Amino acid sequence: MDTELLSRIQFGTTTVYHFFFVPVTIGMAGLVAGFQTAWVRTGKDRYLRLTRLYGKLFLINFAIGVATGIVQEFQFGMNWSQFSRFVGDIFGAPLALEGLLAFFLESTFLGLWIFGWDRLPKRVHLACIWIVAGATVLSATFILAANSFMQHPVGFQLVNGRAELTDFGAVLTNPVLLVTLPHQIFACYLVGAGIVVAVAAWHLTRIARAGKEREPVERPEQDMITGPSTGSGIDEERATFRTALRVGAVALLVAGAGTFISGDLQGKVMTDVQPMKMAAAEALYNTEKPASFSILTIGTLDGKHEVWSIKIPRLLSFLAEENFTAEVHGINDLQAQYEQTYGPGEYAPNIPTTYWTFRLMMGMGIAAFGGGALILWLTRKNRDPVTTGLWGLVWRFGPILLPFLPILGNSFGWIFTETGRQPWLVFGLLPTKAGVSPNLSPTEVWISLIVFTLLYGILAVIELRLFTRTIGQGLPVLDAEPEDEATDRPLSYAF
Amino acid sequence: MELTTVWFVAQLILWLGYFVLEGFDFGVGMLLPVIGRREGDRRAMLSTIGPIWDGNEVWLIVAAGAMFAAFPGWYASTFSAFYLLLLMILVGLIVRVISFEYREHHETVRWRRGWDACQIVGSTLPSFLWGLIFANLVRGLPINADQDFTGGFTDLLNPFALLGGAVTLLLFLTHGAVFLALKTTGALRLRAKRTASVIGTVTAAAALSFGCWFNFGVVTINHGWVLLASVISLAGLIFGLGMHLRNRDGWSFAGTAVAVAGLVVSFFASLYPRLIPSTSNPAWSLTIHNASASHYTLTIMSWSALVLLPLVLAYQAWTYWVFRKRITVAMEEPESVAAQPSVVP
Repeated sequence: MDTELLSRIQFGTTTVYHFFFVPVTIGMAGLVAGFQTAWVRTGKDRYLRLTRLYGKLFLINFAIGVATGIVQEFQFGMNWSQFSRFVGDIFGAPLALEGLLAFFLESTFLGLWIFGWDRLPKRVHLACIWIVAGATVLSATFILAANSFMQHPVGFQLVNGRAELTDFGAVLTNPVLLVTLPHQIFACYLVGAGIVVAVAAWHLTRIARAGKEREPVERPEQDMITGPSTGSGIDEERATFRTALRVGAVALLVAGAGTFISGDLQGKVMTDVQPMKMAAAEALYNTEKPASFSILTIGTLDGKHEVWSIKIPRLLSFLAEENFTAEVHGINDLQAQYEQTYGPGEYAPNIPTTYWTFRLMMGMGIAAFGGGALILWLTRKNRDPVTTGLWGLVWRFGPILLPFLPILGNSFGWIFTETGRQPWLVFGLLPTKAGVSPNLSPTEVWISLIVFTLLYGILAVIELRLFTRTIGQGLPVLDAEPEDEATDRPLSYAF
Repeated sequence: MELTTVWFVAQLILWLGYFVLEGFDFGVGMLLPVIGRREGDRRAMLSTIGPIWDGNEVWLIVAAGAMFAAFPGWYASTFSAFYLLLLMILVGLIVRVISFEYREHHETVRWRRGWDACQIVGSTLPSFLWGLIFANLVRGLPINADQDFTGGFTDLLNPFALLGGAVTLLLFLTHGAVFLALKTTGALRLRAKRTASVIGTVTAAAALSFGCWFNFGVVTINHGWVLLASVISLAGLIFGLGMHLRNRDGWSFAGTAVAVAGLVVSFFASLYPRLIPSTSNPAWSLTIHNASASHYTLTIMSWSALVLLPLVLAYQAWTYWVFRKRITVAMEEPESVAAQPSVVP
């Protein structure tokens, strides 16, 4: 394999892995901040315990997100130096601003949040987690601004073979950015809500099963940080997890609806700026008017021709242009058109990849939304989880899927949008093969690819075990108010 | 001043911020096995940097991001040239970030020792390798007319650069020991002080020899500035060690901070206006002119930095103020790791 292919595999691997954690961070930061706000406003222990349980999960995840994020920044220069030279003028500015404006806020105020529980006034401490939650969204804004330029270059001119920025406002109001940002943020909240729901549902099922067997509930391993308990008991625990479950399920529905609406808008923008990507998403080979939406298309093995398909008439025209009779361009026409513009070459991305990732992305999102609706319905009017029969199985194993569906949905979405951009690194300007570092040998990239894969694999195992262990520990038991002067006590890690 | 020069200075400030700040937290991490004999000590040591190390590390992310934005050519050539060294730094930083967070989630000795090892490796690798990289930069690299690195991995392991790596490693160790003396009490503080004296002396010797080699064997331009910065760096180190003997912990830390800052300034001074001197042909060197972004991008970046950097400095300073108290090893803490003071409100 050559340096380009290896670098692409490495970038894909490290990015997809990093992006397992990004949506968790963004989504959970906001939900934890929400629980803490509820605590500050109502003073109810229930909300504090939820803040601390989910806060702990958030921090486990945050660490790995930060660790793998640095790799992303370094890789542009390390593996893609020609790309960095070509777009540095435009791509670097949002990246630097992301650090200056978002990462500094995130890291500093997260440190204050973790260690500041007894050192900061309640409201100042609450403000810290909101600042973290806001900063994660700011960070997404800048990184998507950079990515949107790669999808749809705006606000630049070509000088001496590189793209020079002429209008930063245009980069920040890139139509692709304006639709991608809400789509991405909603999708992140779908993940955060999925985790909140899954943890709460798992505990509620455990409580319901224990109640059924009329045995005293065994509390899993006491949290060492905690001291004597105030107000716990099984009823309080049940009520607390019910709150989390219902809040999470509503968040799933809201975030799901937001994801669908913004995704539909994004499809229309993409049809305008990257028609080839959308044609590839549908495996639409020939231009149609009106165009039908494909439920299933089977193409030849080289992905160049359609063999057989099932379709819904006119739906694609509507999705692409908001008009049931609009014309939608097919891959073959676009290929001919691009050859005229850019010269001979292959301008279609890998059709099976785009076609299937597009479908899986939508399918996972819809399934997560449906899971939220189902859970709300199953727990209506103070109902407990059913522990027997088919519903019992659904309760035991269903909620575990709720975080993973949107996480995978996010990953498929990114694989779709990035492979759909091929063969371009910067659409219409810089082919992928021209962006790679010329001085690297395949051996060097092999070494880094193996190192990252192994390291990430080990981290994934540790992270998952820590996550499930923390979930198993359940709600932290709260201390009585400290009697001594808080600031005299030694500083310690508390989550 | 031209904007390219402004951004050269901005790069200097960002890297300087990174080395001065993360320098001491790397030092604390490396000293874990030396000063932290018992679990309580190690915990206290990690607590001194717990709330701030992440903010310190962001200086690196911003320095690299700003390098990408202001000098894309420099970023591209440097990061691809030091490919394997940066890979090792990344591995170090990754295991270190995780160790901070995960260490406290489990009570067993095996778990904690494992993460301590990650902390030590993760602090040592970057401390050594950043010095190795910067010493190579000031020495010059084989760069061709397309600004690409033409050398091999072993070219980077020359004696001058290896000594440079040793100097940053030792300097961070001293900086970290002095910081621990400033932030702790009792037996822990005394051990930190003893360590600082021993390592500080070795560091001064290494820094002196590196300084001589650098100033009289490597530097080709701006001799005066480089010498001045080197002298200030060494003077800061000696001042820091002197104050340390008189139990003036704050001044002592200021001294080692100046030592780190002086070293970074001497590196940048020896480059200006070049970014990477080419050893293949001086005409192919990267300079602030042929590797910079457009005037327009630099203008936007300048305004952003002008507004945002003071804000960042203000709230980071506030963090240091909130956590200003010295850390005490909990009195009641026995050998076991179980006892944990609570901070739950």
